[in-house]
Amino acid sequence: MQAQGADEALRARYRYWVEAMRPKKPLARNLAWAFGVGGAISEVGQWVQWFFQRQGMSPDQAGTPTAIVLVGLGALATGLGWYDRLTKVAGMGASLPITGFANAMVAPAMEFRSEGLVLGVGAKLFTVAGPVLGWGMAAAFVVGLARLVLGVRI
Amino acid sequence: MTVGVKRVGAATFRLDGVYVAASGTAVGDKEWQGPLGQYFDLHWTPPPDSKSFEQEERDLLRRSQDVALAKAGLDWEAVDVVLGGDLLDQLVTTSFAGREHGRPLLGLFAACATFTAGLATGSLLVAGAGAQTVVVSAVSHHFAAERQFRYPVELGNQRYPTASWTATAAGSTILDHKPHPLRVEAVTIGRVVDWGQKDPNDYGSAMAPAAVDTILRHLQATGQTPAAFDAIFTGDLGEFGRRLALRLLNEQTGEDWSQRLDDCGRILYDRKRQDVHNGASGAGCSAAVFGGYLSARLDAGAWHRLLLVATGALLSPTSSQQGESIPGIAHAVAVVAEGG
Repeated sequence: MQAQGADEALRARYRYWVEAMRPKKPLARNLAWAFGVGGAISEVGQWVQWFFQRQGMSPDQAGTPTAIVLVGLGALATGLGWYDRLTKVAGMGASLPITGFANAMVAPAMEFRSEGLVLGVGAKLFTVAGPVLGWGMAAAFVVGLARLVLGVRI
Repeated sequence: MTVGVKRVGAATFRLDGVYVAASGTAVGDKEWQGPLGQYFDLHWTPPPDSKSFEQEERDLLRRSQDVALAKAGLDWEAVDVVLGGDLLDQLVTTSFAGREHGRPLLGLFAACATFTAGLATGSLLVAGAGAQTVVVSAVSHHFAAERQFRYPVELGNQRYPTASWTATAAGSTILDHKPHPLRVEAVTIGRVVDWGQKDPNDYGSAMAPAAVDTILRHLQATGQTPAAFDAIFTGDLGEFGRRLALRLLNEQTGEDWSQRLDDCGRILYDRKRQDVHNGASGAGCSAAVFGGYLSARLDAGAWHRLLLVATGALLSPTSSQQGESIPGIAHAVAVVAEGG
């Protein structure tokens, strides 16, 4: 009768039940939403870039102001409490574009305001984006080094 | 009235003369709009001048305590001991509330099992005649818990189907030795059970073995059969955890418990309409569900005997990141409706 003294066989059976009975993520629905929303955000980004190109910028030059506009939109949507609702249905479709990066920066900034500007916002600003930035820079360094050593030209 | 306590098994105690004088509950918007909304005392909204979720949680706790005292016709001076806990680091909510009410305070932590840990301790204190009037509280606040255990509130992320929604809820129950309709019959202190589950998005599977362990120990020690209870409520295994607990109970006793066993976290919300996946969790969940719905069922005579088995996942964000499995615990309190 005692669960604690349960033999290893029961625990193994339990682990099997946990895996077998665990409710599954709605994968098809999640993928469809991620595709739709991620695509829509990219489409908006493309329009913004075309807008800057019509102002006489080259596609390369238009990249920077486009990123600034999208980050601004993502930050605004976060501040208004919309972006977390979007990500809830779209998952990576909303997290991966640069607007998701804005969300990852602004959310902790809002969150830790109550602990003050220095030890709150200042210290916690990168709690979410930090791992991506840290390892992203490390990866960029490795790739850059490999390119230098192998003499690959783009 | 004579009070008394008799040890009938390892950490199972049969009690005499311990009564529930009153319970007070305060819940947030989402909980108020859930299927149990009508059973709660107070539809709590954040005070306009609150500066943080942590401050709001303290207000929520105090409101539930005030309601309980008002219903029992007591003021703070009549309270001998306050027991309770919350989910925030260093139990700040419970302790900070203590600097206002100024009564002797014992802060308890057993995660979402805190409420029955408090009820069991408080009942033992009353039965041992060490105290006359004890207030037992547990509180949780969705956003205060989110920011401590998971992510910043406004950060977008997708929740897992096994994840539960921390309830914004507080429940306070007053125990004393004077006869009231509800009596605490027996309590069992749970032990830590860890069967190696590691997923921090799935507490239900980590806690189900602990709930089953405590339920079976309680029945064994008191010599009761499952049929002695009209309802056995765990808290907060949720939908998935309840199914696992039923499976384990069936495996170990050969009986079907599905008509008898339900879960506080599973019934607090409308899981489909309110988009909460596995159900509710949080220290305040079982406290509010007991003080609101379960007490009402006992009072109305729908049930005669209830076993409340709140369950806690005893992990921290750090222990999870370090790859440790999730220890579970469950404390049981049997409540009977006298003459019901």
